[in-house]
Amino acid sequence: MTTVIKVENLSKVYKLGGANHNSLRDALASFVRKPFAGRKKEELHALKNVSFEVKEGETLGIIGNNGAGKSTLLKILSRITKPTTGVVELCGRVGSLLEVGTGFHSELSGRENIYLNGAILGMKRTEIENKFDEIVAFSEIEKFLDTPVKHYSSGMYMRLAFAVAAHLEPEILIVDEVLAVGDHAFQKKCLNKMQDVSQSGRTVLFVSHDMSAISRICNRAIALSGGKIVLEGDSADVTREYLSTSWGMNAEKIYENASNAPESEFVRLKKARIINEQGETRGSHDIRNRIGIEITYEVLQSGKILLPNYQVYNEGRVHLFTIQDVSKEWKPREKEKGEYVSVGWIPGNLMAEGNFFVNIAVVTHLPTTIVHFHVREVVSFDVTDPMTGDTARGDFGGKMDGAVRPLVDWETRIVK
Amino acid sequence: MQETIKIKPGNSWLNLDLKDLWIYRELLYFMTWRDVKIRYKQTTIGVFWAVLQPVLTTAIFTIIFSSFARFDSINVPYPLFALSGILVWLYVNTSITMASNSLIGNTNLVTKIYFPRLIVPIAATLSGLIDLLFGIFLLVLLMLYYGVNLTWQIIFAPVFVLLAILLTLAFGTLFSAVNVRFRDVKFALPFALQIWMFLSPVFYPLEILSEKWQAFFALNPLTGILQGFRASLFGTPFDWFSISLSVALTFILFMLALLVFKRMEDDFADLI
Repeated sequence: MTTVIKVENLSKVYKLGGANHNSLRDALASFVRKPFAGRKKEELHALKNVSFEVKEGETLGIIGNNGAGKSTLLKILSRITKPTTGVVELCGRVGSLLEVGTGFHSELSGRENIYLNGAILGMKRTEIENKFDEIVAFSEIEKFLDTPVKHYSSGMYMRLAFAVAAHLEPEILIVDEVLAVGDHAFQKKCLNKMQDVSQSGRTVLFVSHDMSAISRICNRAIALSGGKIVLEGDSADVTREYLSTSWGMNAEKIYENASNAPESEFVRLKKARIINEQGETRGSHDIRNRIGIEITYEVLQSGKILLPNYQVYNEGRVHLFTIQDVSKEWKPREKEKGEYVSVGWIPGNLMAEGNFFVNIAVVTHLPTTIVHFHVREVVSFDVTDPMTGDTARGDFGGKMDGAVRPLVDWETRIVK
Repeated sequence: MQETIKIKPGNSWLNLDLKDLWIYRELLYFMTWRDVKIRYKQTTIGVFWAVLQPVLTTAIFTIIFSSFARFDSINVPYPLFALSGILVWLYVNTSITMASNSLIGNTNLVTKIYFPRLIVPIAATLSGLIDLLFGIFLLVLLMLYYGVNLTWQIIFAPVFVLLAILLTLAFGTLFSAVNVRFRDVKFALPFALQIWMFLSPVFYPLEILSEKWQAFFALNPLTGILQGFRASLFGTPFDWFSISLSVALTFILFMLALLVFKRMEDDFADLI
């Protein structure tokens, strides 16, 4: 089989701060202040020497948590941005669905948007004309074809957008998180369409947080972490291994340098981590087990009641809950100078499956409320259901919605 | 085997990649068509704006410059003189403004899909032609009304319209690229355009200036375009000095704009 995607030593560096002057004034000001100093070099290495190959007809899954470099990789492959170093060779036309519905214009009708969007995705006019009926049938919007899409329901909009994208026939298809939107039935339709695409011998790159979708659809997968490939191989192996390690997650955050650690005059954060019941740092947790959020902090000045306060968010950035130290021992007690470790335990069988992010703060409530520091998304973790039948999922194997998934007690009596 | 695409670190000065633009010519058509379609959406009088703007501006200038101040050096009725300039100016003015904001107005496209970025400002510039078309229709009516005798020179009128388009493209693409990085463009541009109008013979004849100043004003590429456009319409002698200067400057500006755009293009998605 021929190689259709060849990525060699790909790196991407984003210059932060200094280089991105948003206005002329900033650019001039920094030039006037330090004309020969050059720009402040704050750099973000989004990708570091990434190399891989994809053969014709393969479906490659790409996994990794936020900031691992997935989006940057896809942006380079779909030619939206250029690499800093390295080379990519692509054989054949590339279609990318980085976001379905890109380029739709709300004032234009469904019919007009099919043509416009098709052209934006790289289809020829004749190609769109030939597939027009098919696209309309797939999207199920026949009756509203001449209505401006701003009057569409979000479901209709998504169906139409995906229908256009799905009828693009590139040799290489790049898909990013299409499945994050739409209802269950629609997601299933999308997955089926993607399987059709790969079965017809074309190459698909699929990025998702959904491990089960990756292992189902893809034959190979790579996992990215911190801009590097950390796992590569059979998709089932990669997803399993990925979940069992803390690669994907930022399960631990250490503030080595006191100068940039979150602090107030009373307290400084030194370390935060997600632990299992054995006290080991773990990014991935069984839904049945307790999850500990542990912080290490230094009290710089005695005489304040200092209470750890955590806020837990899910992938959709929904604030699930806030927990703080309300123990009898420390709630009323002032902390002396020294180093402390506090763990808050989230009970097992409470969290839903997915990725979670933790904001960390230390507060004082008495006599008045003081927030000593508050840092967003310091650590993150992942919860999975082993599908053993003894969780809130029971024997259900599909996608289960809901922000939390408590395992509750049930009582059922026969009353008649 | 299909074509192989090589993605390498970019930012080369001389690779204009115009072949890619040709491959995506249908997208240019659709983007222009989209911009035309949405131009007057959700307005009550719609495309009448295209007619109303030049008519009102001409009327105002006519009132001012035929009662309070008079230009005696014009050998055509003043409304005709003014309208012919205003049409070109309105096109240049609106299209440069639209093109300059086109890239940041299409952020979702630029950050999500690959296509030659030049298409965006070009489409914005071309879609303004619909207004110019209505304006020219108006001009023809006014010329008939005043009974202007056409000469063979009329065949050059389209050439000057083309030059105006090219000049607009030059500034439009240049500012659209700069605007991605420096949003100051959005605020500075209306001001700069206004000054440019006063420095161009839009509503006054160049001949009111002394010879020396006329030569100086010819450094403004729009001067030659307006002079030439009027000369071809009204059969007056061509001012070859300003015209040749304007042709040269327009081409130089156009090439410069393309080079700058291409140079900045690779970073659009990261900066926008």
